[in-house]
Amino acid sequence: MEKPYDVGPGERVHPGDPVTVDRYTTAARINHWITAASLVLLALSGLSMFHPSLFFLSKLFGGGENTRAIHPWIGVVLFFAFLGLFLRFWKANLWKREDGTWMARLRDVLTKHDENLPEVGKYNAGQKMVFWLMSILIIVLISSGFAIWDEYFSQYTTLDQKRIAVLVHSIAAIVIICVWIVHVYAAIWVRGTIRAMTRGWVTGGWAWRHHRKWLRELVTGKNDDSGAKRAR
Amino acid sequence: MTNSWTDIRNTDLVVIMGGNAAEAHPCGFKWVTEAKANRGAKLIVVDPRFTRSASVADVYAPIRQGTDIAFLLGLINYCIQNDKIHWDYVKAFTNAPYLVKDGFAYQDGLFSGYDEAKREYDKTSWDYQLGEDGFVMVDDTLTNPRCVWNLLKQHVSVYTPEMVERICGTPKDKYLKVAAMVAETSSPTKTMTSMYALGWTQHSKGSQNIRAMAMLQLLLGNIGMRGGGMNALRGHSNIQGLTDIGLMSNLLPGYMTLPTQKEVDLATYMSTRGFKPLRPDQMSYWQNYKKFFVSFQKSMWGEAATPANDFAYDWLPKLDVPGYDVLRAFELMHQGKMNGYVCQGFNPLLSAPNRKKCTEALSNLKFLVTMDPLDTETSRFWENHGQYNDVDSSKIQTEVIQLPSTCFAEDEGSLVNSGRWLQWHWAGGTPPGEAKSDNWIMAQIWRRLKALYEKEGGALPDPILKLRWPYANPDEPKADELARELNGYAIEAVYDPADPTKVLAEKGKQLLGFAQLRDDGTTSCGCWIYSGCFNENGNNMARRDNSDPDDAGFYSKWAFSWPANRRILYNRASADMNGQPWDPNRKVIAWNGQKWEGYDVPDVAPTAKPDVVGPFIMNPEGTARLFTRTMMKDGPFPVHYEPFESPITNPIAPKVRGNPAARVFKDDMAQFGDAEKFPYAATSYRLTEHFHFWTKHVQPNAVMQPEFFVEISEQLAEEKGIKPGGWVKVMSNRGEVRAKAVVTKRIKPLQCDGKTVHIVGIPLHWGFTGVAKKGFGPNTLTPFVGDANIETPEFKAFLVDIEAIAEPVA
Amino acid sequence: MYPPLPNPSVQPSAAVYGEQDLIRRSASSVPAPSRQLTEVAKLIDVSKCIGCKACQVACLEWNDMREEVGENRGVYDNPEDLTPAMFTLMRFTEWVNPESNDLEWLIRKDGCMHCADPGCLKACPAPGAIVQYSNGIVDFVHENCIGCGYCVKGCPFNIPRISKVDHKAYKCTLCSDRVAVGQGPACAKACPTQAIVFGPKEDMKQHAAKRIEDLKSRGFANAGLYDPPGVGGTHVMYVLHHADKPEIYADLPKDPKISPVVELWKGLTKYAGLTAIASFVGIGFLHHVVSGANRVSDEDERNAKRLTEDQTGGR
Repeated sequence: MEKPYDVGPGERVHPGDPVTVDRYTTAARINHWITAASLVLLALSGLSMFHPSLFFLSKLFGGGENTRAIHPWIGVVLFFAFLGLFLRFWKANLWKREDGTWMARLRDVLTKHDENLPEVGKYNAGQKMVFWLMSILIIVLISSGFAIWDEYFSQYTTLDQKRIAVLVHSIAAIVIICVWIVHVYAAIWVRGTIRAMTRGWVTGGWAWRHHRKWLRELVTGKNDDSGAKRAR
Repeated sequence: MTNSWTDIRNTDLVVIMGGNAAEAHPCGFKWVTEAKANRGAKLIVVDPRFTRSASVADVYAPIRQGTDIAFLLGLINYCIQNDKIHWDYVKAFTNAPYLVKDGFAYQDGLFSGYDEAKREYDKTSWDYQLGEDGFVMVDDTLTNPRCVWNLLKQHVSVYTPEMVERICGTPKDKYLKVAAMVAETSSPTKTMTSMYALGWTQHSKGSQNIRAMAMLQLLLGNIGMRGGGMNALRGHSNIQGLTDIGLMSNLLPGYMTLPTQKEVDLATYMSTRGFKPLRPDQMSYWQNYKKFFVSFQKSMWGEAATPANDFAYDWLPKLDVPGYDVLRAFELMHQGKMNGYVCQGFNPLLSAPNRKKCTEALSNLKFLVTMDPLDTETSRFWENHGQYNDVDSSKIQTEVIQLPSTCFAEDEGSLVNSGRWLQWHWAGGTPPGEAKSDNWIMAQIWRRLKALYEKEGGALPDPILKLRWPYANPDEPKADELARELNGYAIEAVYDPADPTKVLAEKGKQLLGFAQLRDDGTTSCGCWIYSGCFNENGNNMARRDNSDPDDAGFYSKWAFSWPANRRILYNRASADMNGQPWDPNRKVIAWNGQKWEGYDVPDVAPTAKPDVVGPFIMNPEGTARLFTRTMMKDGPFPVHYEPFESPITNPIAPKVRGNPAARVFKDDMAQFGDAEKFPYAATSYRLTEHFHFWTKHVQPNAVMQPEFFVEISEQLAEEKGIKPGGWVKVMSNRGEVRAKAVVTKRIKPLQCDGKTVHIVGIPLHWGFTGVAKKGFGPNTLTPFVGDANIETPEFKAFLVDIEAIAEPVA
Repeated sequence: MYPPLPNPSVQPSAAVYGEQDLIRRSASSVPAPSRQLTEVAKLIDVSKCIGCKACQVACLEWNDMREEVGENRGVYDNPEDLTPAMFTLMRFTEWVNPESNDLEWLIRKDGCMHCADPGCLKACPAPGAIVQYSNGIVDFVHENCIGCGYCVKGCPFNIPRISKVDHKAYKCTLCSDRVAVGQGPACAKACPTQAIVFGPKEDMKQHAAKRIEDLKSRGFANAGLYDPPGVGGTHVMYVLHHADKPEIYADLPKDPKISPVVELWKGLTKYAGLTAIASFVGIGFLHHVVSGANRVSDEDERNAKRLTEDQTGGR
């Protein structure tokens, strides 16, 4: 039997009351939280060097010098941590037909009219966009980051390239922070989500409400595109 | 220098030729920039390379190294042809009108009296016609064909602009531009200053290079003038002091000469040093020679120098040869005839020519003593440093005794600058480790020698045993004690010759100046030209009053300038026959009807009438010599001779190789290379980032120029496949060096006598000690021959070959 | 001769200016100073410079810096470039004047220009790491420097260098420590030809005017002063023989400005970025307030249970 594209290892439905669904393995959760911590630290340290009013944040890292020294290393950690997430989740984040519909009905998403939304797999279009934006931005950030990591790489780029790199790095960082805000807010707003990353499971209701197709796949054990068709 | 550094700011035209003042004398060069900035003065640089001086010049003219005389005699010819002569000056103040003996002649590059086998001239015909009164015969109309003027005119006529271009490779338009600018200073109200250095001296005809310019300056009326003169830029801060104090092997202090062995007693010695005036009523200052000499003898041996023993004349060494210059010394070592060598502040392994010969010579010694504040290559000549000093230490038996000495900043004393200023300095630090002052070291050597003589006796112990040693601490004479001794003091009261009752200097007092010296043993003076430096007024060298009345540039209250605190030599020549300045804006001194007065100490008796006594009082004629009589070994006029190693044959004297009167030792002649095997004309020089071989020990200087290199043109680089910054090997007939290549537009190939001449520039600051990268020096390549008159080695013009190589393994 | 400054007294003396004279301080603000110091400037007369590098050595010595002994790379420039230790550098250019066909050896002393509108200071994120005094001196305060290298990007002249040892930014201080006790920069003191002079900026301009007049009389029709307005003027100025072509002097920028990329980075991006972040947080907050949490309903749970049981039952 063909394995559904978005069902990952360790994802399993546990009948009961309520039904629980294993969404993330321990490894995936550790991976995520390393990534998350890196990103938060990067944001804090990066912002401290971005705007004078936020320079105080550098105290969290033991002062400006340490901040400057640590930031790129955290970036490297983030890169590899995210690479782990990417390898885990990229398939589940491939764009599907229903994602377009979901996006078109963003108003319904925001107004909690979930009943008007198509059934989606493990990730909805918003999550997928967060995923892909993160992926692209992290590549942009790490490459522009290398160009301005003067301690080791200053000789490989010209001054003009460095200037562009620092601008690109800043803009990309702003965008990724905004994306992160969306990501975190969504997790908070959609109750029951955070548990997926803390304890690894969600309730069946959560899965039914937000990722019904994924739930169906888990239950039926197969990839069923017809679900999407059925939904309109 | 005839003038002073500060006076250069008074000039209208600076000619830097035979030197690179900006590079080698950057501090003194400030006066050139002052002249340019404040007077609109122009700067001409004539050099084989476009130098740092050229970078701020108004006109740069390239010249092939070793052809300066052709260029300069060409300028003289140009001035004569274009009537750009300061006629009143030339007629009154030079020997132009004097008649020369009929026997004197010049043909095919040789003067009358040449002995090819001995490479020497019989100079008897090189002199004036004397009248029955004993004075020189003169033709004031300058029409007599035997007068100096007409002989000179004839002599320089071959040096046309075309010939100059052919010999020197200087493009004619550039040359004529230079000539026109130089000729303008024949005006009484315009002056030109000549700044030169080793670029003129380090040739087999170095003295004549300088003479040629001096003659030009006389014709233009620029000697004795503010902003004029012949200004030798000395290479070491105290090298002027070295010659003043007589450290040359044939000199005594104050430019007196050491006796030869033919001069058996004082009377014989003085018989050729009487300097009777050659024209009526002239001063002929050297008539005072005996006063200076006897006073010197008294300073050496005090009470032991008496009239009865010819003032200890016998205790002076007597020369059997013209001099024991560095070339002769190394030749003698090489032959095994000189077995011990004391190197005081000298690094001959890098600064004498033909390094291979130097290494062999030093290896022949029984002992070598070095006294230096730094570790010199000479003191480590026996140590193997790979390719940089490839010797087999096991085969060298020389015992080397290295005596660490203080450097100038660690002791007190005076330094004489190029402008003859004796400037006192104080210790700025304490010497490191076991370093001792040269005074201490010399005192210890003398005391030990004395003890040995006392114990063992000897053939001639008196010069050592009876040496006057009046110092408070005999173990270490103090600088001020020595300075007072150089100044001189009255052994007995000194009376005024005009009024024998008037005491000029009381017994035991310091003398005011050399005018108070006596030849009867009543005065003592170590160096007559320094007399006045430390008299009863105190240490005049330590004066630091920089007032300068009317901004005239004299600064007469700053330090002490020999002689007699005079800042411009021959300054009487700055005024006309009535004693009035040629240029009212450039007054130095003027005759007020009774005496001379002005900014400077007159270089003539204060009451010497202007229309009677000539300005050049050190000559018995009272005038300056365009024709130098028998003073020079290689001719009374300069002649263009090619360097001994030259890319072309001498166009004006094809049969003559090099300077025909220069001394060449037999083996060295055989080692000269020729243009077929070594086609490129090389020259050596210094860089501003370094001071000789010292500053490669200094970290910041080593950073500024870290590594030995040679400079070549883009054309030669292309021809030889040499890359900028790549490695090259440079070879002469005496050795080879490996260097980085600096490929530059600042060196251009020259067209000389129909041939393309490529120039290879080789700077000299690297060796195998210090903190800079190890490297070679040009002396590995240079020929073992010196100037005919003073034996300064020919470092500036020699032949090499060059090729690109892979990076050598160190 | 521009009158040299007298030697200092051996008695200790108080600094003539300090913190109270700051007009700019990186990543922070300063109170308006109560007085305006006389603006100073270093004037480098390229036409008088002989490239002796005394300024470089004086700079190393005064600042007690040591550069490494390098190698010859086929040129006279040593070291190769400005470094964290070498704040000033003679740059040599062999230029053939197309008009006369004569070679000119152009030697320019490179180093911090002390811009009136300093790009380094603008770019610096560390409060007080770069300061500007009302006399025009732009100085790096190393204890505040975090070594990020933003000053390098901000500088239109490519001057600051980051140390590989202590990771701080270094550049010419215009000898602010010497100027503070009435002395001029060490380089000017060491310069043998007065190619470097130091004094009030207005005096320097007048001195330059005389030099330019002299150069014009020597045929340098385009001689002029380099005091580029694009950075508000500088407190290190050049007299150039060819002021119309500053780029021939080892790429001296013709019209230097803070790079537009840097302006964008330190201008719009800085403010727009924070606004964007704040907006996203704000919108999220508002959204939550307005729409409330998206909760899973009991019906969802029942549906899930049903689905699960259906399937398990089906098996």
